[in-house]
Amino acid sequence: MSNSQAGKQVAALRHGTVIDHMNAGMALKALGVLGVPKEGAALLGIGLASAKMGRKDILKLENVELLPAEIDKLAVFGPQATVSFIRDFKVVRKVKVELPATIAGILKCPNPNCISNFVRIETRFHVETETPLDVRCHYCERRIRENEFVLL
Amino acid sequence: MDRNWSGAETALARRMAGSDIVSVRQFAEADLRTLLDVVERFEGVNDPLLDGRVLGALFFEPSTRTRLSFESAMLRLGGRTLGFADEKISSTSKGESLADTIRMVEGYCDLIVLRHPREGAARLAAEATTRPVINGGDGSNQHPTQTLLDLYTIRRRCGRVNGLKVGFLGDLKYGRAAHSLIEALSMLGNELVLISPPTLRLPERRREELDEMHCEWAETDDMLEAVKDLDVLYVTRIQQERFGDPLEFERVRNTYQIDITIVDHGKPGMIVMHPLPRVNEIHPSLDASPQAAYFEQAKNGVTVRKALLAMLMGAVP
Repeated sequence: MSNSQAGKQVAALRHGTVIDHMNAGMALKALGVLGVPKEGAALLGIGLASAKMGRKDILKLENVELLPAEIDKLAVFGPQATVSFIRDFKVVRKVKVELPATIAGILKCPNPNCISNFVRIETRFHVETETPLDVRCHYCERRIRENEFVLL
Repeated sequence: MDRNWSGAETALARRMAGSDIVSVRQFAEADLRTLLDVVERFEGVNDPLLDGRVLGALFFEPSTRTRLSFESAMLRLGGRTLGFADEKISSTSKGESLADTIRMVEGYCDLIVLRHPREGAARLAAEATTRPVINGGDGSNQHPTQTLLDLYTIRRRCGRVNGLKVGFLGDLKYGRAAHSLIEALSMLGNELVLISPPTLRLPERRREELDEMHCEWAETDDMLEAVKDLDVLYVTRIQQERFGDPLEFERVRNTYQIDITIVDHGKPGMIVMHPLPRVNEIHPSLDASPQAAYFEQAKNGVTVRKALLAMLMGAVP
């Protein structure tokens, strides 16, 4: 199945934002961070076939235009993700998510004995590898894999 | 003391002045080697390099060797120590945050040594103050000065810290001394043999990291076979609280006890190390053997800490 066919498995948006090429299984977590649109629907495609990635997730948010700070947060759900802004069914702008060297304030350290779980500080995780996405807690130095990610 | 330092030693001392020692990860391989050269220069040195300086020793968890050896190092270089060795007597028992305790103590001293049960506490402390912070152990994460004194002991006894075959015996799951040293030895290029009961294996993520560093390592529960060609056998304490079943603890404890007959299975030059305290992992009959290096290891802790305190406080010649 081609990418465009996979994309069509999730209904097209008139206005809104499409986050494509998220790592498979991450769309629900991303929706949890971004929130359900106030004036529209959230459409999810989970585990869609992708020539580039094998399997991928798509999240479409109706009547929502993501802010740069929100786009930055998406990197943890797949460093290859793309964000397209849609108006009248047309892509008016497309940006690639950029994985920062340090992810601040999105993830919670899964180590129950990490100091970051006991005091009020912003969590920080340093990116060790992009694919697969592995990070290391700035505080307890525990290495955390993507499937262990816990959102704040 | 000898003022004829190499360029690399002087450069490292300058870089380390005012900095923190939080994790063994912060050192590049070359820096670790240079640091051991600097430590060597502090052997037997009791000059008043730290006259008028005060060390704040904040021990939120019990410690004997680490606390006393820091204090000894400070006293031998002419400095003084204040602090506490029990969380109950600090204001944290009244609900004070760690960052607040650190900010308060920085006004009382020139350098802070922190031991804390939570992993990452030393990093948090280092970021809360402009004073240098030394991690004296944070949960099961890191104990970098223990690692440095272990490396120093290995170098003094074996003549080098690379190309050795080092066996780790005991609790490899929770033991932070073993974790830190395993990291450092793999970085320096050594072969590792991990000997533990199945319930206390080195955690999977740490085993994966050994592979990523292209470290040659093997895992076994057969102690007799494993000691045959080791240069160093590093023994750690197996703690009863790690076992739900007291019978299982007894069985493991007796299976992994080192005595002279086991050491005789190894190479004549193999040294036996232990971060101490030991309970009965090493039989006292081994203490008189020249292969026993554990009390010397504890003594080396003072030399290592003298060097680190002097470097971090910018008091080296």
